[in-house]
Amino acid sequence: MIRAKELTFDYERLDEEGNVESKKRAVDHVNLHIRPGKFIAILGHNGSGKSTLAKHINAILTPTEGTLWVDGMDTSEDDKLWKIRQDAGMVFQNPDNQIIGTVVEEDVGFGPENLGVPTDEIWRRVEESLSAVGMLKYRHHSPNKLSGGQKQRVAIAGVMAMHPRCIVLDEPTAMLDPNGRASVIRTARKLNQEEGITIILITHYMEEVVEADHVFVMDNGKVVMEGNPREIFSRVEELKRLRLDVPQATLLAYELKKKGFPLPDGILNNEELVERLCQLKSKM
Amino acid sequence: MIRDITLGQYYPAKSIIHQLDPRVKLVTTMVYIVSLFVAKGISGYLIATLFLAMVVKMSKVPFGYITKGLKAIIMILLITVVFNLFLVDGDIVLWRFGFLRITDKGVRTAVFMAIRLIYLIIGSSIMTLTTTPNDLTDGLEKLLGPLKKIHVPVHEIAMMMSIALRFIPILLEETDKIMKAQIARGADFETGNLIQKARAMVPLLVPLFISAFRRANDLAMAMEARCYHGGDGRTKMKPLHYESRDKTAYAVVWGYLLLVIAANYVGGLYAIQLL
Repeated sequence: MIRAKELTFDYERLDEEGNVESKKRAVDHVNLHIRPGKFIAILGHNGSGKSTLAKHINAILTPTEGTLWVDGMDTSEDDKLWKIRQDAGMVFQNPDNQIIGTVVEEDVGFGPENLGVPTDEIWRRVEESLSAVGMLKYRHHSPNKLSGGQKQRVAIAGVMAMHPRCIVLDEPTAMLDPNGRASVIRTARKLNQEEGITIILITHYMEEVVEADHVFVMDNGKVVMEGNPREIFSRVEELKRLRLDVPQATLLAYELKKKGFPLPDGILNNEELVERLCQLKSKM
Repeated sequence: MIRDITLGQYYPAKSIIHQLDPRVKLVTTMVYIVSLFVAKGISGYLIATLFLAMVVKMSKVPFGYITKGLKAIIMILLITVVFNLFLVDGDIVLWRFGFLRITDKGVRTAVFMAIRLIYLIIGSSIMTLTTTPNDLTDGLEKLLGPLKKIHVPVHEIAMMMSIALRFIPILLEETDKIMKAQIARGADFETGNLIQKARAMVPLLVPLFISAFRRANDLAMAMEARCYHGGDGRTKMKPLHYESRDKTAYAVVWGYLLLVIAANYVGGLYAIQLL
């Protein structure tokens, strides 16, 4: 689905005459391969290059060096641009700044309108996408009166209506309260399982990656860790060094293990920890 | 609250006027304005009054709500009336004081001018009261469509208008927030003379502008990510179609204009007979 080979991107700072004054390497020789239908998470603290990488997938940025393929299409080829953007939709961080329509359903229709989809088909897609994210009953509302989580779900529906094969969510929960965060992640998960859409979730909240199929951890423009959540979460010391917050359950299990309790590595959530501790207790 | 402000003061109701195609309403408003300036005699204005009364009645918007718009133009109205009253030359002088005098023609022009202005405001208010801003932009885009041939970016203008409408409440809210933040740091927006007050606006406007540009940048990126590439090859989710009621409305409007023009001649003949 998505393949990056030696992907590198420099932000250039230009002086008044347009000469390059300084360069900042945001993505540094990244190689990755994402298979269709997977739920992928890209983790990293601020400035680790994860958002820059995300913008490459949607061809908003094109690589300085290396290549990125979306569905076999090279993102630096201009004639494939609209096909790539339709194939790999993108949801951004700020819910207010990505809603174009003044009514929910009009906003969802914006993408298909741009693609030149016939009117009847637009209406069908709008209905289908709004019900997929559970926002159908708000279709006639003004986006200004929705909560942050609801706005993000509308934004996801807007991308869904373009029938993409992959959705990149660039820190979709960074500006939301815990309830909104849970609803957005639940929606992404549902689309992945029920519609088979590849989800690439970019975040710095560790809790959100627990359910992912595969996790990439980025630091300083490089992919520094890769694996399933359990593998990643068992490397607590490394994660701490990368300034990422390990979930409480994982941290507690890690500390207990250091003190000599025979617990397995990479415990992901409270339920699992409770279960393990009970097993331990019954053995004692 | 500040969130509920709608531009153009749309008045939601279910009436025939509300349901009309926005293009019909735009054209009607233009025709009505033209008719006000074409009408010369009392009969012409009588027809214009009847037409306006009919539309107001059909729109189901309370009359008091419509006349709110008139408050804004009271000063302009007064100035126009005073100038016409005292400065228009006529045959019969009714009153004289120094160089000021009131003539029959002056009175006539002043009254007609006032009627024109009032009807003009009421007429265009009805359009904005019965049409959502979105419909208005859509109608405008479609009506101005032919201008694309001479490279007027009609679609882009319409898109800018609708985005502006979408962001008005967001920016108002932001203004509110920044204002409170600056007040919390000791900014004073209330006291002082005009210049001091204007200067106090700087710490409000600078952050507002910065944030507006940042939002514009984000929005442009989000639009591109959703394949926006101008008006070419774009379809419409809610395309405008003329219904039979729109055609009837057009017929009524053009009939009305003819009637006003005809009234001028009839009125003229009547005046000649009187002489």
